[in-house]
Amino acid sequence: MGELIWILVSAMLVNNFTLALFLGLCPFMGVSARVSTALRMGAANIFVLVITSMTAWALNTYVLDAAPYLRLISFIVVIASLVQIVEMTIKKVSPKLFRELGIFLPLITTNCAILGLAIFQTNRGYGFLEGLFFAVGAGLGLTLALVLMASIREQSELASVPAMAKGMGLVLIIAGSLSLAFMGFAGLFTS
Amino acid sequence: MRETTPSYDLLRGVWRENPVLIQLLGLCPALAVTNTVANSLAMGLATFFVLLGSSLLVSALKKVIPHEVRISAYILIIATFVTIADMVLAAVVPDIHKALGAFIALIVVNCMILGRQEAFASKRPIGRALLDAVGTGTGFVIALLMMGTIREVLGYGTFLGIQVLGARYEPWVIMILPPGGFFTLGFLLLAFGWWKTRQDMRPAVREWPHGVASADRRVA
Repeated sequence: MGELIWILVSAMLVNNFTLALFLGLCPFMGVSARVSTALRMGAANIFVLVITSMTAWALNTYVLDAAPYLRLISFIVVIASLVQIVEMTIKKVSPKLFRELGIFLPLITTNCAILGLAIFQTNRGYGFLEGLFFAVGAGLGLTLALVLMASIREQSELASVPAMAKGMGLVLIIAGSLSLAFMGFAGLFTS
Repeated sequence: MRETTPSYDLLRGVWRENPVLIQLLGLCPALAVTNTVANSLAMGLATFFVLLGSSLLVSALKKVIPHEVRISAYILIIATFVTIADMVLAAVVPDIHKALGAFIALIVVNCMILGRQEAFASKRPIGRALLDAVGTGTGFVIALLMMGTIREVLGYGTFLGIQVLGARYEPWVIMILPPGGFFTLGFLLLAFGWWKTRQDMRPAVREWPHGVASADRRVA
């Protein structure tokens, strides 16, 4: 159990997907202007990451031993189609949940965080449970980074900044400072 | 669609619509692997190859690919070329392949490549698609080399492993760590923003006396 918690906390804080590994930067820059949107995006991300982790595990265990060179292609095709099916199911079963998460789901599929999770999980040889904890940790980490960024940006919109910093330059500097802060977690585990 | 000249198609992506520095596409590799010049160059060239190959194939197959499943078809084509690039890098430069790690596979989800297929290669003849791919790919390599040079020189005091800042230089370690990537690109964008506001201001200053003169005439 300790090992699983370690994987979760490590993916969430120490090796935060966005701030330490630069995965999922598109939503981080694109939809981090409002806290409420950031929260929904984060929830949708956790959802897709968990599905991805289970899919990647199944593919690795049952299919890809015979043809490892097809890993990349099969990951992306299977994950994209699975998310599409899940999206249709949600739309049918719970229109309310679809309105909350739905618009983000197809966007998320082609996000580096999703494919990154599948590849890291494969490279590290995680089993089913380990992969699940890894996915939840990574998703929580993404959500945390998104919400932190969104709350800072909500404030900084009201601040008067020089004309040259009106674009993404300032956002990247803020992201750098957040990343610097997250590096403080590096000493969290001493093993 | 607006008609463009071949030279415009080629040059547009290099600077005016640079994928990383202006359009902010493909940020994940631009920030993650640019801690040394050698890594940046390998990543830039691999992406260049994938972009060129997929643009060629997408443009050649544009009549065959059904409109409804085009995005999946593009991703399949891109993933094929990424697999080739991955194997070639592993065989030719195993050290760099190891340093880049999962980020080579992640070229598949580089939005710059998919963006060029959807916006350009799928609508234009093969020749134009290749010109566009060469231009955009060059722009990507230039941006990565800029990031890589700044980060390696400041972070290690070296360029391609050769000492440039003298033995007494104390390396600025933060530049090769993740925050350094964000800071480098952030300051580059701020510099471009500063340059652009200056450019925008200049014509206004030049026109001012003229504006005053015409206003005077109206008063009179």
